[in-house]
Amino acid sequence: MSDSQGTSTASSDITRRELMQAAAVIGGAVLGEQLVPGAISPALAQAAGAATAPLDVSLRINGTEHRLSLDPRTTLLDALREHLHLTGSKKGCGLGQCGACTVLMDGMRVKACLSLAALAQGRDIKTIEGLAQGEELHPLQASFIERDAFQCGYCTSGQIMAGVACISEGHAGSPQEIREWMSGNLCRCGAYDHIVAAIQDAAAVSSSTQEG
Amino acid sequence: MHPFVLERPRDLSAALSFGAQAGRNDAPVEYIAGGTDMVQLLQEYVRRPDRLVSLAGVLDDGIEIGPQGLRLGAAATMAEVAAHQAVVEHFPLISQALLNSASPQVRNQATMGGNLLQRTRCPYFRDVGYEACNKRVPGSGCAALDGENRWHAVLGTSDDCIAVHPSDLAVALVALDASVELRGTGGDRSVPLSDLHRLPRDTPHLEAVLEPGEVITAITVPATAAGLRSHYLKVRDRASFEFAVVSAAVAIETDGARIRQARVALGGVGTKPWRLPNVETALAGADFEPAVLRQAAALAAEGTRGRGHNDFKIELMQRAIVRAVEIAGARA
Repeated sequence: MSDSQGTSTASSDITRRELMQAAAVIGGAVLGEQLVPGAISPALAQAAGAATAPLDVSLRINGTEHRLSLDPRTTLLDALREHLHLTGSKKGCGLGQCGACTVLMDGMRVKACLSLAALAQGRDIKTIEGLAQGEELHPLQASFIERDAFQCGYCTSGQIMAGVACISEGHAGSPQEIREWMSGNLCRCGAYDHIVAAIQDAAAVSSSTQEG
Repeated sequence: MHPFVLERPRDLSAALSFGAQAGRNDAPVEYIAGGTDMVQLLQEYVRRPDRLVSLAGVLDDGIEIGPQGLRLGAAATMAEVAAHQAVVEHFPLISQALLNSASPQVRNQATMGGNLLQRTRCPYFRDVGYEACNKRVPGSGCAALDGENRWHAVLGTSDDCIAVHPSDLAVALVALDASVELRGTGGDRSVPLSDLHRLPRDTPHLEAVLEPGEVITAITVPATAAGLRSHYLKVRDRASFEFAVVSAAVAIETDGARIRQARVALGGVGTKPWRLPNVETALAGADFEPAVLRQAAALAAEGTRGRGHNDFKIELMQRAIVRAVEIAGARA
């Protein structure tokens, strides 16, 4: 427990992240047994918990090479969040449907939850953490703030990474085109109108920069 | 996910040697390419292979057009093929089908070979909480027969499975007489796309004709299918990023105001990509009179069997054919 001066004792040296991780593991096991009856047999659950031989994986994230030892089942998203503590990329559905985990791989937008980390070796990966130039926000980050293009913010980093790609691909020509080419990113708050406006603004900045 | 050993072979012959089996659910060794479908199925315990063999970097990803027609390397992504100038110009049906599939992110990851071998979106197959799925657990029954079957097939069904084949690409390709090139340890062979997938019959867990170890190395589309007036019409529950309720791939050759030759295939209604030779024969020589088109499209209903919630598809697919022929005919 922390005292009034804010120093902590040895027993409290557990970070919020570690606590959340522990809770997630325990909670997941309970959910697996109770909410999906017959879905996962005890033998299967045991097998799933069994260790598989870790792989040496080298990942290039935002220009920095990271050497990791990973279970082959680790997705790129889990490698980013759980192993490299780059938690800007979010896990929404974990099944490729919501787009909250969107990152750029060799300049192209992909869903990090659908990539096995070991198969992303040798690729150039950019996450939301690598978008700003020092203190200077990327034009789309700035326009998301200007346009108030989020409420809860959970989908925002995925929206921004997808939006950056949408602009660089040349698919930001009209609100209709933006909506079609941003269809891989869901926003449960329904901030779509503002997201489209933010992408239009940033696309205009991008084209004027190129022309200038 | 069930624990697996991940193999990252250096070349294709090394990859083939593991004997991975695509297109059947009980295989202990499976391939992974783009991974967009496989990782979902692994996450959900629908697939539980002991060994996964990565095809990353060992398959051709080239897109070539020549006198013989179009050749798509199996590792070419959906996005690359959809945007390729030669595909857009000479085989727009393929580009349209791809751009109406999935999301931009998935199209950047998913490959041609994997798209053809993706698994059905039948919710009873995808959710291991349901015990009855003959495709997932042979002999366990089919929960869709008397369940929520609005999304299910009306063509090619059996009493053991009514799951729809989900690929839009495959529907366009089967209309264009495409083939797949396969390579196994025993050599190469070419299979018409219409023969790649099996009907479910009483073995719905066997989805494709691939032998152990075999991979799709390329898709070929004959030059005779180039330059046709075509349209891919996709009817779905939301405007984007959704599978077809019904889709129609149509390519026609015209002679003045008449159709000289037509190719018609349907998606969203068949247990495999569904070509309609009887409709094509009826359309040959027809003009674009709505009544004539409707009469030809009505032949699509031959052999259909609805299961309640999906009965509407039998009428909807006829209307989709008519609309797609009209749009294709109106193209310059």
